[in-house]
Amino acid sequence: MKKVNFHIVKREPMVWYKNVLVRAVAIIASLLVSAVVITLLTGKNPFQVYASMISGAFGSSLRIWSLVQNTAILLCISLAVTPAFKMKFWNCGAEGQVLISGLATTAVMMFLGDSLPYPLLIVVMLLTSVLAGVVWAVIPAFFKAMWNTNETLFTLMMNYVAIQFVAFFLKYFVKSGSGVLAPMPEHGLPVLFGQSYLLNIIIVAVLTVLVYIYLKKTKHGYEISVVGESENTAKYIGINVRKVVIRTLVVSGALCGIAGLLLVGGTNHTISTTTVDGRGFTAIMVSWLGKFNPIYMVLTSFLIVFLQRGAGQVSTDFRLPSAISDIVTGIILFFIIGCEFFLQYKILSTKSRKEND
Amino acid sequence: MKKVLAVMLAAIMLFALAACGGNGGTGDDKGMSESPIAEVALNIDYEVPADFKIGFICLHDENSTYDKNFLNAVDTIKEALKLTDEQVIVRVNVPEGNECYVAAKDLVTEGCKIVFANSFGHEDFMIQAAKEFPEVEFCHATGTKAHTEGVDNYHNAFASIYEGRYLAGVAAGMKLNEMIAAGQFTAEEAKMGYVGAFTYAEVISGYTSFYLGAKSVCPTVTMDVQFTGSWYDATEEKNAAEALIANGCKLISQHADSMGAPGACEAKGIPNVSYNGSTYESCYETFIISSAINWAPYYNYIIGQYAKGEEIAADWCGGIAEGSVVLTGINQGVAAEGTFEKIQALVEEIKAGTLNVFDTATFTVGGKALKSYKADVDTDAAYKADTQVIKDGFFHESEYRSAPYFDLRIDGITLLNEKF
Repeated sequence: MKKVNFHIVKREPMVWYKNVLVRAVAIIASLLVSAVVITLLTGKNPFQVYASMISGAFGSSLRIWSLVQNTAILLCISLAVTPAFKMKFWNCGAEGQVLISGLATTAVMMFLGDSLPYPLLIVVMLLTSVLAGVVWAVIPAFFKAMWNTNETLFTLMMNYVAIQFVAFFLKYFVKSGSGVLAPMPEHGLPVLFGQSYLLNIIIVAVLTVLVYIYLKKTKHGYEISVVGESENTAKYIGINVRKVVIRTLVVSGALCGIAGLLLVGGTNHTISTTTVDGRGFTAIMVSWLGKFNPIYMVLTSFLIVFLQRGAGQVSTDFRLPSAISDIVTGIILFFIIGCEFFLQYKILSTKSRKEND
Repeated sequence: MKKVLAVMLAAIMLFALAACGGNGGTGDDKGMSESPIAEVALNIDYEVPADFKIGFICLHDENSTYDKNFLNAVDTIKEALKLTDEQVIVRVNVPEGNECYVAAKDLVTEGCKIVFANSFGHEDFMIQAAKEFPEVEFCHATGTKAHTEGVDNYHNAFASIYEGRYLAGVAAGMKLNEMIAAGQFTAEEAKMGYVGAFTYAEVISGYTSFYLGAKSVCPTVTMDVQFTGSWYDATEEKNAAEALIANGCKLISQHADSMGAPGACEAKGIPNVSYNGSTYESCYETFIISSAINWAPYYNYIIGQYAKGEEIAADWCGGIAEGSVVLTGINQGVAAEGTFEKIQALVEEIKAGTLNVFDTATFTVGGKALKSYKADVDTDAAYKADTQVIKDGFFHESEYRSAPYFDLRIDGITLLNEKF
């Protein structure tokens, strides 16, 4: 057998400027590699491609608003999955939880929009969407807590149920056969200072701070950490694990509910099976990359939305297949995730270790 | 994931087509004829202002035959008007949702004077944007709401493609006659198959006109229709075509956007009448003819109206005379003798108004000829029939609005499934 002549060891924490430097080098390297790939595959000038990326994200005030609003929604869903993931409850069901809340919001806007006074309508929208999100999250949590079912599979399957629910109700709501429900901006969330996305952004900013405090400064947050580190330890020190699991998923579901409300009530004013558009899964990456810290997650969600929007602009400006922009996004994320690994670990050759010994 | 699957399927399809190229089939490769419809040159009687910009929103990209048809027309008009890259902005892969509204707004901030969207489901979001930017013109293909919505800067467009389908149907009927004369099957066994996407009026209008075209030359013909429930699903379309062939259909046509049905026909040696463009390249042993909508005349119209400072009509429906309805050439190795001349003669009759596709003397519903019929032309929540559309002995398709509303189930056509 061939001997593996290297091994991996954990690093001592690095000084902060080295940390920043390593990440900067990773991003620059990823841009260089993407540039080579773009040139090889398409023959386009990579600098023009990057310029179009930046213009796609920041090119006009509309695009900046859109960028920040999309960051806010992704961040909101990431905040929702974070408590569960911190507890090592693999909630892959944010997609469905947001979608079902969006469906609840849509139904309220459709059927009560004309009959309820506006302030009451907003309250009912909030309550129903939060309730829908909570129900969708608590069902798998309950089964996990009581019978130790596999939450990854359970939450994933709940996504499909939610998607089919939306498909079913769209058939029922929309009779024309197009399957597209006309937007209802008149029943949407209030517009602050003439900026339709401002309210969403403010709400998510407040939620970010609240979730930060909840996770870092409260007893609940501490219990989540303990259950996540070791269930037995949690039991030993007298934490009711079942209660913590269900309670945390209530929080998770409620935050997904708010995301659904903001997405449907604040932005789209309608729903389709693709309204959440995979953000329930992207949120997991945001949360991991941000090390479950809501403040870091602001940066990671911004980065991912920037890449998506920029890449979308590239494919449309150069009439390239959208796969090219996915490739570039993939390369950049690969480098960023890779550099996180090298920030924590180092590779040593086995020979040098022997010498050290 | 879906895209990866689509690419893989496309690759498999290509192999399948390549593999089956050699066997079966009745045709000798004699090449394609000219189109039986003479090309209509764009009538450009205006100057485009230097600051003019136009934006196009497409549901998919060039990989879909439907979107490719729109994008080709964009290239045509861009070249004809000598527009620069900055003046023509194309946004592809825009879903039928809020993304369409955002894309439309984005095009407005880029300075577009006209924004055009190509998919039925884009309509509500285009209307939303049109209300917000009354100074910009919003034009939408295949939509139904412009004539009732009361938004002055929102417009619908379509083409009288049922005329093109009818002519393609004539080619199909003549092929059946040739096969009957050759003793391949009896006149009573002459059955065609049709792969449709959904049970919308657009599809019903299409397959009915195709059937009537065939019936005008082959009176005993019947037709089975199988729906797939999707505009683009290569596997389902292939399965549907194979099921129809197994069921005794002697010729297949389709209204869906993949190569599924034509590919299945080529593999089985069954003649095929296509849509959206020629499939001759990959199916030269079975392809007969294809009808398509050319969008360049509509682009020319809206840019012209803008340049001249004139109103754009709420509904615009181009026909053969405008160059909106086009046919490919005829595959001479497969089509029956005399198809080209026959279609050419019928084109003149349609232009002269002496031939109406939906002539009530040529079809019955439930065994009876129709004297009157109310169709659902104005979109409302209840989907009520509201407009008398049979007058002077024919069904007036695409006259009270541009998008099709012919939704009669006529005798001779059997729908095998209606779940979509």
